[in-house]
Amino acid sequence: MKREFIKGNDAIAKAALLAGCTQYYGYPITPSSEIIHTVARVFPKAGASFVQAESELAAINMVYGAATTGQRIMTASSSPGISLKQEGVSYMASAELPCVVVDIMRAGPGLGNIWPEQSDYDQVVKGGGHGSYKTPVLAPNCPQEMCDHTILAFELADKYRTPVYVLADAYMGQVMEPVTFPSEVAKVEKKDWALYADKDSKHNLVTSIQMNTIEMEKVNIRLQKKYQEIVANEVRFEEYCMDDAEMALVSYGIASRISRSVVDELRETGLKVGLLRPITLYPFPTLRIQELSKRIKVFAAIELSNGQMVDDVKLAVNGACPVEYYGRMGGAVPTHEEVVSQVKGFYKLYLA
Amino acid sequence: MGKILQKPTGFYDKFVRKPGTYDQVTHYCPGCGHGRIHKLIAEAMQNLEIGDQTVFISPVGCSVFAYYYFDCGNIQSAHGRAPAVGTGVARSNPHAITISYQGDGDLGAIGTSEIIHAANRGERMTIIFVNNGIYGMTGGQMAPTTLPGQITSTTPYGRDAATTGLPMKMCEIISQLDAPVYVERTAVTDAKGIMKTKRAITKALKSQKEGYGFSFVEILSACPIGWKMSANDSIKRIEEEMIPYFPLKTFKDEIADRTPRPVVPVAPSQEDVLKALGHDQKEEILFKNDKKFIDDFTTQKVRIAGFGGQGVLMAGTTLGMLGMELGLDVTWLPSYGPEMRGGTANCHVVLSNKEVGSPVVESPNVLIAMNEPSLVEFEPSVTPGGLVIVNSSVVVGKCKRSDVTVLEIPMTEIADSCGLKAAANMASISAYLAFSKVIEKDQLVTLIKAKFKKKSLIEQNVAVIEAAYKYVSDHVRG
Repeated sequence: MKREFIKGNDAIAKAALLAGCTQYYGYPITPSSEIIHTVARVFPKAGASFVQAESELAAINMVYGAATTGQRIMTASSSPGISLKQEGVSYMASAELPCVVVDIMRAGPGLGNIWPEQSDYDQVVKGGGHGSYKTPVLAPNCPQEMCDHTILAFELADKYRTPVYVLADAYMGQVMEPVTFPSEVAKVEKKDWALYADKDSKHNLVTSIQMNTIEMEKVNIRLQKKYQEIVANEVRFEEYCMDDAEMALVSYGIASRISRSVVDELRETGLKVGLLRPITLYPFPTLRIQELSKRIKVFAAIELSNGQMVDDVKLAVNGACPVEYYGRMGGAVPTHEEVVSQVKGFYKLYLA
Repeated sequence: MGKILQKPTGFYDKFVRKPGTYDQVTHYCPGCGHGRIHKLIAEAMQNLEIGDQTVFISPVGCSVFAYYYFDCGNIQSAHGRAPAVGTGVARSNPHAITISYQGDGDLGAIGTSEIIHAANRGERMTIIFVNNGIYGMTGGQMAPTTLPGQITSTTPYGRDAATTGLPMKMCEIISQLDAPVYVERTAVTDAKGIMKTKRAITKALKSQKEGYGFSFVEILSACPIGWKMSANDSIKRIEEEMIPYFPLKTFKDEIADRTPRPVVPVAPSQEDVLKALGHDQKEEILFKNDKKFIDDFTTQKVRIAGFGGQGVLMAGTTLGMLGMELGLDVTWLPSYGPEMRGGTANCHVVLSNKEVGSPVVESPNVLIAMNEPSLVEFEPSVTPGGLVIVNSSVVVGKCKRSDVTVLEIPMTEIADSCGLKAAANMASISAYLAFSKVIEKDQLVTLIKAKFKKKSLIEQNVAVIEAAYKYVSDHVRG
């Protein structure tokens, strides 16, 4: 175990090597660039490979090619770059190729700015490319989780043969905190589907095309079954002060850090507020929210977008109780006082 | 004769991946050049004995189904992206023979960026570029290689060069780059053309087998259905119309002048990884766990701001690292990206004995202002009763707040007097600790001695810390 005071972005790059990642393909973009900087510095030293691609589109397609070889492959970017990568992610979902895609979200739409937003939720959590696919999405809220989730993402990617996202915001990428790294490199098994450019594997085929509709439907059905399995096995979330809570905040990433402080303050004033933090955004903790909605009087999603995750909260609650939303956009991060005041308002509205 | 008609081993004996009943014939139209070119590749794969190590990439176009036929590793890829996919294959499996088989719309239009950059990097890859001047599969639309005046479904009045440009000459473009070793254009027309094409394909694949990077073979090929012509007329059209515009020749052949590149497998060992990460050394424990210190610690929310180059961010990380080593929960959040280009920098630091919520310091209880604009900008945000430490060597203006404690410390002068002007940041932290006593100065010195990267400057940094500490003791507390 090695402890470092380290930026979230740097922790991701280092964790990737410890996860057994052998290759990184990427294109720089603020606020994710420390990932590619650190990769460029440490990957070649470790005997792993790094290519600075000509575009995000090229990078994700390099990932596609490299992933066919059964090795652990990663790319990272930030929102505008993720929009470009969606083509490749759709192809990889269809061809069932594992990889890890890191998105350090910034403000949009368009070029937006480099400050934190969580407005890639829809394009990442809902399968942002074409076709009926999903990808597991992990949402770290501290550099330690940037490390842990990167390693977990590689495990899930191999386990389910799917691209897996680590979805964080600009502040999670930039913030420095203590991180304890594992002291061993993860073992990567040989895959029976991969192309090793040898006699034994040469009859393997990586494809996403099936001209026959019934055959293509079979591919889709297989994918949907896989997603059901992921939903059944991989939901992760964290609860804070939820045991006796009457109001539940739901938030992830930087918003969950603010929400946690808000819960602390409101608890001191006697308000029964708790926090449910989804760690996997896909699969979403739907069942848990459903269960909670039997006793929780009001949910409030706090997120840095126009209200994207709140839709999933509403679907889970399914009308059982009110669901409110508070968020900021454009890279503006809500202040502690601002959220306190909003949450108090909701509390008063439904619980006074 | 029997031998000549034999199917090359580069092909599957039966095309079982192909849907439908006919597993001995291809899906290509009569007179199409793909069938011929496929056979030449399959023969070369057999002759060079590379079938087992070949990975064949077929992006969108009629040849997207090449995996029905080739007895090797097969990847179908997105439109235009095969050279990027091939880059991934070649970097992961450097011993692979990577073939990217692309049409003109794929390579010359949507995938222009990918082909240029893969060529420029000299990836271990052979490009087979089939130029039939039209989008065959998608419905006979204009390709970047469509000839002027040619009628297609998107140039129903003939290609007008004035509005659609002239046909792209890809061999001419690719051969301008330094990295490719071999660039040739041939045509599958008559027996002679076919033999030349076979030689070109074989040469490209052989050079790849021997470790010489990137080759590019463009093949002029017929699309009788897309051109709405008979097979015979299509061949005539290649000879009479295409070849004059796309001359057949060797554009580049530097195989003999190059050195083969060794195949180095990508296989990082655990030892190499830990070493590269700097995780191979035993962790040094700097301070004993001091429960009383942690229990008594009051949360510190610090904002440090100044000019770029004043070490503002490093002052913050030093404070954060010190907190971590002392067992506190710590966060550090910097200004970043283009914000830094303007020459100002600031960071947020939180030190606490509880789990830190938001790392954003909206209302610091400590502000360290290394320059004037920082004082002006952040002074209003300091909590009442807070501490404002001003670098009086640089800041002329005064803090206007009456509800905070102001320390004016000539940080730059102190640092300069110790022979290291750049260490004003250390003076700032030292002054903060000297006044607040939240952490002992000697602990800061221990940290600097153990963790400071520029070993040659440790002594001077420590001197600055001592001097600033003394300054506060003499002038503020004394």
